[in-house]
Amino acid sequence: MANYKYHLLVCGGTGCKASESDRIVNMLNNEIRENGLSSDAKVVTTGCFGFCEKGPIVKVLPDNTFYTRVTPEDSKEIVMEHLVKGRRVERLLYVDPETKKHITDSKHMGFYQKQIRIALRNCGFIDPENIDEAISRDAYIALGNVLAGMTPEETCNVVKESGLRGRGGGGFPTGLKWEITRKSQADQKYVVCNADEGDPGAFMDRSILEGDPHAVLEAMAICGWAIGATKGLIYIRAEYPLAIKRLKIAIDQAMEYGLLGKDIFGSGFDFEIELRYGAGAFVCGEETALIHSMEGSRGEPTFKPPFPSVEGYLGKPTNVNNVETFANIPVIFNKGAKWFASIGTERSKGTKVFALAGKINNVGLIEVPMGTTLREVIFEIGGGIKDGKAFKAVQTGGPSGGCLTQKHLDTPIEYDTLIEAGSMMGSGGMIVMDEDDCMVSVAKYYLDFTVEESCGKCSPCRIGNKRLHEMLETITKGEGTMETLDKLKTLSHVIKDTSLCGLGQTAPNPVLSTMDNFWEEYLEHVEGHKCRAGSCKSLMQYIIIPENCVGCTACARNCPVNCISGERKQLHVIDQTVCIKCGTCMEKCKFNAIEIV
Amino acid sequence: MSSIKVKLKEKDIAKIQEICKSFDNKPGDLINVLHKVQGEFGYLPAEVQEVVAENLNVSLAKIYGVVTFYSFFTMIPKGKHPVSICTGTACYVRGAEKVLEEFKKELGIKVGESTPDGKFSLTCLRCVGACGLAPVVQVGEKTYGRIAPDDVKNILAEYEDN
Ligand SMILES: Cc1cc2nc3c(=O)[nH]c(=O)nc-3n(C[C@H](O)[C@H](O)[C@H](O)COP(=O)(O)O)c2cc1C
Ligand code: SF4
Ligand code: SF4
Ligand code: SF4
Repeated sequence: MANYKYHLLVCGGTGCKASESDRIVNMLNNEIRENGLSSDAKVVTTGCFGFCEKGPIVKVLPDNTFYTRVTPEDSKEIVMEHLVKGRRVERLLYVDPETKKHITDSKHMGFYQKQIRIALRNCGFIDPENIDEAISRDAYIALGNVLAGMTPEETCNVVKESGLRGRGGGGFPTGLKWEITRKSQADQKYVVCNADEGDPGAFMDRSILEGDPHAVLEAMAICGWAIGATKGLIYIRAEYPLAIKRLKIAIDQAMEYGLLGKDIFGSGFDFEIELRYGAGAFVCGEETALIHSMEGSRGEPTFKPPFPSVEGYLGKPTNVNNVETFANIPVIFNKGAKWFASIGTERSKGTKVFALAGKINNVGLIEVPMGTTLREVIFEIGGGIKDGKAFKAVQTGGPSGGCLTQKHLDTPIEYDTLIEAGSMMGSGGMIVMDEDDCMVSVAKYYLDFTVEESCGKCSPCRIGNKRLHEMLETITKGEGTMETLDKLKTLSHVIKDTSLCGLGQTAPNPVLSTMDNFWEEYLEHVEGHKCRAGSCKSLMQYIIIPENCVGCTACARNCPVNCISGERKQLHVIDQTVCIKCGTCMEKCKFNAIEIV
Repeated sequence: MSSIKVKLKEKDIAKIQEICKSFDNKPGDLINVLHKVQGEFGYLPAEVQEVVAENLNVSLAKIYGVVTFYSFFTMIPKGKHPVSICTGTACYVRGAEKVLEEFKKELGIKVGESTPDGKFSLTCLRCVGACGLAPVVQVGEKTYGRIAPDDVKNILAEYEDN
């Protein structure tokens, strides 16, 4: 990158592209050309910077200036001021929410300070469609070293020593999995990368593939060497067109450079990678279902054992790892297993990437060392709750996870501590909720999801979860009783104990965790027919405040069901038995005389 | 699942055959074939499935099983401007439900339906991964971020004339 005086890095992740970052790139290039700066400045489209909340983002190197919420129309000013006159465009700089000062160097942003980027090391730094940029940041060095001087057994041992555990949710030790697959005897074995990313509200794997596809390709080849496989498959969601495009480009470029394909680095080792597309079924993220889907069938899970490491794709030993798990591998070889194991905690090594979303100021993609507390993530990196509201809950682990609350804020993030707290690490979705979110509704939202996504193969999951959903529906309508709550709990446990696969076994978690942590909210729905968050429509009432009502008749004239009565200049009253809770009256009243209770 | 009766033209059949052939007519590539075919025709009516069945030498029942299992595959044609509302968790907590209600109201259709003139269809998506822009709506290829129910009318108006 040394030849140019300036590099302008523009985020080309899915989120920023949706905000026209492509046009920003074009307009910056035009301005640069028109000002005769083509040999001084280069525009690079990169993967996600992580700071999605303030996207589209343009970062100028070498001075690390971080422009946020850039529009295509700002391009001219950036070029004229920053590149021509050497002055920063103040109005586009990030403003620290606390000090209210413009931050010039992105290193000083609270968002980045607590982060350590291993899996995301290249995201936002390189052009993912140009293999040379990846190579300039050490891509394929680990593969070269492994092939030149390590036996498959030694390769597995490095991963074992690093302490890396699967980032797809389960947390299974990666080195051990590689070793089991290595020891399985077969004429053909497979390496599979799980890029199905089913958790709705998570975008870690997509961002890694969009921002640094070579990290995953290199790791898959290393895995192939370690377990004795010559073929790799990436199972990716068809809903990720940009990641698919970049993977295809990366595979072609790596083949062309001889970094994939036949006789890699002259070592005699062959390794090829193909893409397989998912088709929108959450359960296909489960590894046995994923394998059936790759074989062209319905993605229904099957009982384990046999584990894929022994009997997987086409009946052959198959090592399945998640995208982020793979993205850590090359660094472990480059910097050493000891270095990796020195980051994180006793039982959880390294870092974890989270997709931080919901009612939080800094929505985005973050990577923190294991052991960081939820409080640090939400309040320091995430910048706290949106619109000054109160924190209520944080959901981790997606539809399989749970909702944690205030009392868990100082819990260090580790596989085991999160499970002890009643949630789980999951693949990295982290959704923050505030006082306006009703926890019963949140549980219902997740059940909605699992009911729709259940493959229907076993009855506890197919029928049981449907019943759970119905009970939650009853409660949000204010028709639930204490007996409903009892049944909800009992059935949840039965489903957990008797379902065939992880989907069913974990589907009741959102219910159980909200019942544990927000029991009083369930009670209020059942006994008081009240929803404190004001989100359960059936439980709220529009009422007129007598002191404020001047009898202007505006509400009565606009109510679609004519349920408001009252004479002119007299107090008006809403007939609750007829009201459909459309909210029109509240909108029309100019005297703030209507409130929701 | 309801389906639309269609009559395939010679060249459509040839196209499907060609796609199957590009995967060596391997039954294991069924899902890849269906992706390609749906990309070509926009949806997978029974008649199209029959041709695929014949070429890959698998039963129609198996293909129907696969098509109905995966939400990405559809047996009904999408509207000219398919509207997709993201209902991932991030969009949900930032009010996607209200936006969805507004679209239903404005278009007068339910999720999974098309307007009678074939102009719009309405579906829900699970997370497009643009959570920073939540709630997110897609119309065709275009993505709209930070949508409030009040914006719905304006979005639809953009597609008024065509
Ligand atoms: C219902 C269900 C959904 C899953 N979805 C995913 C997913 O989207 N991505 C993923 O990597 N793993 C997912 N998993 C976990 C996989 O089964 C498997 O454990 C993982 O891909 C192994 O890789 P790892 O050891 O590197 O984490 C899911 C599991 C279950 C039970
Ligand atoms: S638990 Fe649910 S998703 Fe898993 S096999 Fe049973 S029905 Fe299918
Ligand atoms: S609009 Fe407001 S002030 Fe007027 S009659 Fe209704 S409640 Fe009273
Ligand atoms: S909420 Fe709607 S139905 Fe109820 S009183 Fe107000 S205007 Fe009438």
